[in-house]
Amino acid sequence: MVAQKIQITDLSVYYGENKVVKDIKLQVQANEILSIIGPSNSGKTSFLRTLNRMNELYPNSRTTGEVRLDGRDIFKEIDKHLLRKRIGIVFALPLPLPLSIFDNIAYGPRLHGIKDKKKLVETVERSLRAAALWDEVKDRLMVNAFKLSGGQQQRLCIARTLAVEPEVILYDEPCSGLDPISTLKVEEAMRELKKNYTQILVTNNVKQAARVSDRTAFFLMGELIEIGETKDIFTRPVDKRTDDYVTGRFG
Amino acid sequence: MRNTQRTEKIAFFLMAAATLIIVTPVVIILFIVLFYGLPGLTWEFISANPREGMRAGGIYPAIIGTLLLTLGTALFSIPLGILAAIYLNEYARKNWLTRLVELAIINLAGVPSIVYGLFGLGLFVTFLGFGASLLAGSATLAIMTLPVIITATREALSAVPQAFREVSFSLGASRWQTVRGVVLPNAIPGILTGTILGLSRAAGETAPILFTVAAFYLPRLPQSIYDQAMVLPYHIYVLSTQVPNVSPRIQYGTVLVLVGLVFILNITAAVIRARFRRRKTW
Amino acid sequence: MKKAFEFFIEKAIFVSGAASIIFVILIFIFLLREGMLLFSEVPIQKFLFGINWLPISDPPQFGILPLILGSLWVTFGAILIAVPLGVAAAIYVAEVAPGWMRGILKSGIELLAAIPSIVLGFIGVVFLSPLLKNLFHLPSGLTALAGSIMLAFMAMPTIVSIIEDSIVSVPKSYKEGSLALGATHWQTIYRVTLPAAASGILAAVMLGIGRVIGETMAVLMVTGNAAILPTSILQPVRTLTATIAAEMGEAVAGSSHYYALFAIGIVLFIISFVINLAADILLHKK
Repeated sequence: MVAQKIQITDLSVYYGENKVVKDIKLQVQANEILSIIGPSNSGKTSFLRTLNRMNELYPNSRTTGEVRLDGRDIFKEIDKHLLRKRIGIVFALPLPLPLSIFDNIAYGPRLHGIKDKKKLVETVERSLRAAALWDEVKDRLMVNAFKLSGGQQQRLCIARTLAVEPEVILYDEPCSGLDPISTLKVEEAMRELKKNYTQILVTNNVKQAARVSDRTAFFLMGELIEIGETKDIFTRPVDKRTDDYVTGRFG
Repeated sequence: MRNTQRTEKIAFFLMAAATLIIVTPVVIILFIVLFYGLPGLTWEFISANPREGMRAGGIYPAIIGTLLLTLGTALFSIPLGILAAIYLNEYARKNWLTRLVELAIINLAGVPSIVYGLFGLGLFVTFLGFGASLLAGSATLAIMTLPVIITATREALSAVPQAFREVSFSLGASRWQTVRGVVLPNAIPGILTGTILGLSRAAGETAPILFTVAAFYLPRLPQSIYDQAMVLPYHIYVLSTQVPNVSPRIQYGTVLVLVGLVFILNITAAVIRARFRRRKTW
Repeated sequence: MKKAFEFFIEKAIFVSGAASIIFVILIFIFLLREGMLLFSEVPIQKFLFGINWLPISDPPQFGILPLILGSLWVTFGAILIAVPLGVAAAIYVAEVAPGWMRGILKSGIELLAAIPSIVLGFIGVVFLSPLLKNLFHLPSGLTALAGSIMLAFMAMPTIVSIIEDSIVSVPKSYKEGSLALGATHWQTIYRVTLPAAASGILAAVMLGIGRVIGETMAVLMVTGNAAILPTSILQPVRTLTATIAAEMGEAVAGSSHYYALFAIGIVLFIISFVINLAADILLHKK
């Protein structure tokens, strides 16, 4: 029996009157990489951001349904700040804070009360190694993060997310602004992280989903059309719409 | 076609002339103040008390009074103004209450300075019993300066990219942690600039302090916040309308000191603004 | 410990947010507290429309019509000078001036705004009024005209910067569309850009009026001190603001004169409230 990390039941998300995510029911398994594919405006990002309650930053968003992390309801039983520590997110554009590389990574741990200099240094190194960035920046940790290249900045953001020791990592089209080599490095980092983390990847790039994920979910216009083992989704999908999308007939 | 081009030339010429009419007097005024005031700017002038009914000696007490008053204004208005701006930009939702607060700020900004003087007289001097004092004057000027500080701080806060806040929240920060960790540090230069400009305005104001703190003549410096004080703007008024036969050197010298103080503050604000723009990494 | 601090600071933030509303209400209350007492002795119509302001005669008369007219007279004159010049300068700075000059001009105008009004009043007394006195052969140069000129210069930075902002925020596509049709730059300005910036210009005028009506020291120093109904700009007048400043020092606390001056304060408060409200609505009407 595979451990269910996240259980989602009848999840719907509204922006004002607009229902952008419609009655989603799915499970996320522990330590898997689940990718979510689908054309633009299919609700993938809104869905993703609900999982760590980031969509609550928008005043007119509303959620119905249930999401459970390790069995606990994320809306009613878990404090949202603690939730965001357990479920981290990497955004589509690299978003370093205007701080040094070190302070970027240390920002999260410091929020949660870690002040001991030694511990911070350890955490920064550990996170940078896990994000496959350590070797490239170890000699210039005090340099402003904006001086890094786009691909390095994105791996910095992954390291920053790792520094608060989450259990789940969400990726919102993390490689959309990156060149192919940086993209491969990010994907390589993701594979390494499988050992210790559950990862959910929203991507517009079906080939990336095919390369990297264990299971794939296909969203269309806010609905979950099909979900299954990645190789099944790509070679013999059940729903015709899935087939059309992965073979490029639309999207 | 030539007609329209000629019209354009005339129009542009007139507009340039209008601009010149506005800007030239500034230069002339500054020049006059410097020309007539500089000779009077001796060390004695700055450090000594007035003598012979203000016709000789210096303006030291007025300088100190203005500095103390400005300090008091800063102490009252800066914390309050920054917190209010944080409320408006980081916490408030877009509802009728917020709009009411914004209207109140606009209103405060538009109240005539003499009405602030009456208010200070009614509330601080009389009702609360502070009497005409540095305390009453600072409090009055602080409320008058509040809208300027709130507006400038708010602009500085909203210039911080929303992305930084999202990153902070996504790492599990509370709203206050986000404000303190990511928003405020990046808004400080803008806040400083706006605050300094607001204080320089307060330093030059006369009407609000007429009945709340200004003294015609005091033999010694104020000893406590309940004391009155001599201040530069009121001193200029006194020297130019209440005391006969004051030498122009003293008059212009006093004006020069006030203008100098205001300009130092303005230039400091401008320098901060420029340096920040250059060093901004985002 | 940290949680406690965060709790308190957030409470402080919410209270500070409300502070502005509290202060506006306080100002109004304290003006009313003293000003209303006048109306138990003098009916409001006599106050607002009475033509004699003789606070120290026996019996005292508290009609503020000459003061209202004095304020209006001086304001009108100032706006008459400031608006055409201000609009012209704003257009010049926003559209016509070459890039290198723009910065200098804007700094010059900001400099004008930074000069304390008492200094402008001083300059008015020592330069402008003797000038007017000689130019027009008057017994004294302390006149409404002197006041209008000084006030115009005080209002111009506000007017210029708001109009300049409005002009700059007119969408480029409007201007480009006009130029593409063959219009000259000037034609584009007065046919397309200015009408598009109309509400901003109106708001600037209103804020200018608000600034001018509320000015005290400069008018006190240069308009002479005659609380009479003005018939020409070359006469001395008295404004609402100057009256308070000039007479409060002599009014005995608790006397009707004292209350009357607060009552003038109420009038000024209401006037500035209305003007600023209107200007804000105009500026937000995008």
